[in-house]
Amino acid sequence: MQQKLLQHRLANGLVILGERMPWLESVAFTFMLPGGTCREPNDRAGLAGLTLELSQRGAGSLSSRDVVERLDFLGVERSSHVSTFYTTMSMAAMASVLKPTLEIAASILLEPHFPESELEEARQSALLELASIEDDPAQKCFKELKQLRFGELFGRSSLGSEEGLEAIELEDCIRFHSQFCKPNGSVLALAGNFDWDEVVQTLESLFSTWSGATDTEPGPVVPYRGAVHLPHESQQTHIALAYDAVPYNHPEYYRGRGIVGILSDGMSSRLFTEVREKRGLVYAVSASSHSLKNCGSVLCYAGTTSNRAQETLEVTVDTIRALANGIDKDELSRLKSRVQTSLVMEQESSSSRSSQIAYDWMYLGRVPSRQEVLDEIHALTCESLLKHFQEHPPHGWTLVTIGPEALEFSHAVST
Amino acid sequence: MQFRHEVLENGLEIVAEVNPDAFSQSLGYFVRTGARDETPEIAGVSHFLEHMMFKGTPTRTSLDVNRALDDLGSQSNAYTSEEQTVYYMSVLPEHQSAALDLLTDMMRPTLHQEDFDTEKQVILEEIAMYDDQPPYGAMERAMEEYFGDHPLSTRVLGTRETVSGLTAEAMRAYHRQRYAPGNVCLVASGAVDFESLVREAAERTGRWEPANTDRKRIVPHPTVAEVTMVHPPATQQYTLEYSPSPSILDPQRYVYRILASILGDDSGSRMFWELTDKGLADMAVAFTNEFEDCGIFGLYLACAPEQQSENWERIESILRGARTQAITDKELELAKNKVRAGMILASERPSNRLFSIGNAWLSRRKYETVREATENYQRVTRDEVQAAFEQLANRVQVRVSVGPEPEA
Repeated sequence: MQQKLLQHRLANGLVILGERMPWLESVAFTFMLPGGTCREPNDRAGLAGLTLELSQRGAGSLSSRDVVERLDFLGVERSSHVSTFYTTMSMAAMASVLKPTLEIAASILLEPHFPESELEEARQSALLELASIEDDPAQKCFKELKQLRFGELFGRSSLGSEEGLEAIELEDCIRFHSQFCKPNGSVLALAGNFDWDEVVQTLESLFSTWSGATDTEPGPVVPYRGAVHLPHESQQTHIALAYDAVPYNHPEYYRGRGIVGILSDGMSSRLFTEVREKRGLVYAVSASSHSLKNCGSVLCYAGTTSNRAQETLEVTVDTIRALANGIDKDELSRLKSRVQTSLVMEQESSSSRSSQIAYDWMYLGRVPSRQEVLDEIHALTCESLLKHFQEHPPHGWTLVTIGPEALEFSHAVST
Repeated sequence: MQFRHEVLENGLEIVAEVNPDAFSQSLGYFVRTGARDETPEIAGVSHFLEHMMFKGTPTRTSLDVNRALDDLGSQSNAYTSEEQTVYYMSVLPEHQSAALDLLTDMMRPTLHQEDFDTEKQVILEEIAMYDDQPPYGAMERAMEEYFGDHPLSTRVLGTRETVSGLTAEAMRAYHRQRYAPGNVCLVASGAVDFESLVREAAERTGRWEPANTDRKRIVPHPTVAEVTMVHPPATQQYTLEYSPSPSILDPQRYVYRILASILGDDSGSRMFWELTDKGLADMAVAFTNEFEDCGIFGLYLACAPEQQSENWERIESILRGARTQAITDKELELAKNKVRAGMILASERPSNRLFSIGNAWLSRRKYETVREATENYQRVTRDEVQAAFEQLANRVQVRVSVGPEPEA
């Protein structure tokens, strides 16, 4: 579990973090910048995503086609996405091509062409992606849940809306990029096989002309309660459910996360056992922790044929509430065992480590070591979990269902 | 990195790629059985059985199995395809013995009637879940149309009717036949103690009874077909086309995989630049899918219904371009680099290596290091890819499209 976090701050404020994993042949890096969907003007939903897409269609000396071909030539795997608070760009490649890969990433950040000729094509792509969600009811259900729970600003999907996408002009993208693609307030996290001094030197030179800060902070997130049903001609009813929990930066986060683990991690978890194994109600059922800065939630999903949907919803909620009756020490021991394995296996992937480092920095302002996480998990007791559950009982419910018929859900109003 | 191989007296093969420096190890039972080994009346039994393997053994209840999997902190799962069923887990090296004990025990399930009845409901939910996703229906139908009465036409999930009609007795008979030791391979990767693995596997599988587990290899004879299905709630049109390509045993398959990448990778390919990048399609890709006796070259398009026919014509035009727009050296180099980097990056996890090693052994009885595996692609020449490209012009294709009601 030996690990060391390398840290350097450029004069322009960009924070660079690194963790060497010399046993790997690969290196991965993740940029996180504060251009999330919550920064979009209300009538431009989808702007963050469209700006990100367009920034990759030609940058520096590279045309749109050159960017793709150059990255393919170097064998770089890449992904980029937009979330509520951040724009994220990640790349992974063999250690030998780190420098040219960073050069391309820097071009995309610093010198995007924003070609007028590509705006329409990028817009059409975004509209198609938005439309395709309609044919995936489970995914749509989550999109609607977030919208209902976190409101127009913080619940906005990264895919945007048809009206928002249609309204975006090239100037909007250029403005959004120049406002939020700033070094001060952003982080670059590297993990894998690299030479730290060389990396710092390269970045000093690549980013010497980059300057500025994103000076405003988004306001606090306040979750909404309530229930919505969306009629859909389908065999299954999709149930997405949320309730309040402590967020990632809360001192008791690991207790809250531990409870979600008891509920949903692994095949012996409560939800899998009660909803699927004992009753055969579903193929898929799950719960996960979700944080939007100060606002924590547990998000749950279950999909079942419509005539069993009411029962599925009730069993799911009862299973969650039944945590109040206590947690078994064997369950807790299984949870600890699973966390330990996944922490050890994190050392096998430069990509997962680099994105975790960037995420931790943005959400916590620091990067906990594996040992620290492990110590937190080992310190959990059945009593501490139960106490946490009693002090933070599930409340503030939000429910979205998609399917032929609406379901009864009294929790939305009564708690 | 060391390759190890052993055959037990009962015929069970054990293969491993041992890397003492790895942080974890992965173990898997690869069973040479799947949808193609089913008769029509028991369609879906391989997949249903895969679920039932988690539902209890002579020494463990269903809950015990699930708890034991989590006790080991394992990341475990299983899947069923047309040709194989695989059960796997990744654990820390110190848990090898306990992991093997559990996984081996699971391979001889009790198949109790009550568990069978409950799990049948879960399978029917899985079928309903996919029924609500229009592209999945197109994939199942395209396989049926392409393969006709060939065993590969069998749906992996079965149908609502075949699954509802399945009996625990039929499943037991299938299990006795198909899970005989000669039809199963134990695969391991990462920080593995191979000597203990062999010794303990021999102890735990000693009573497994051999059976005759032939699989007939038949060359399919697809005929041209075009089917349009309506899925009223759909908003997009999904079109899938299959045509013949090399089997998993044919060295030509690397040529076709490179060709699929050049024509239809999800980024940087001819279809990408012509359709996806221009915002004409949500997805336009080409891929290969290989089986023991044949392979299929697939094309997939997801787009707005009103743009489907124009878009498909664009794809056709790319495929007709073999003579006018020959494959270039640059395209070949990019495709090779992409494949090589992807394979090397993925190989850093023992859990990914498990599948490469297991699949190669089950289908070809061959072990290749990651470097050797990438060499197979490096050897492909431009002329070979060009020749395969030209063949596509004369392909026999089966096309299935699904979308909303056409507008009047």
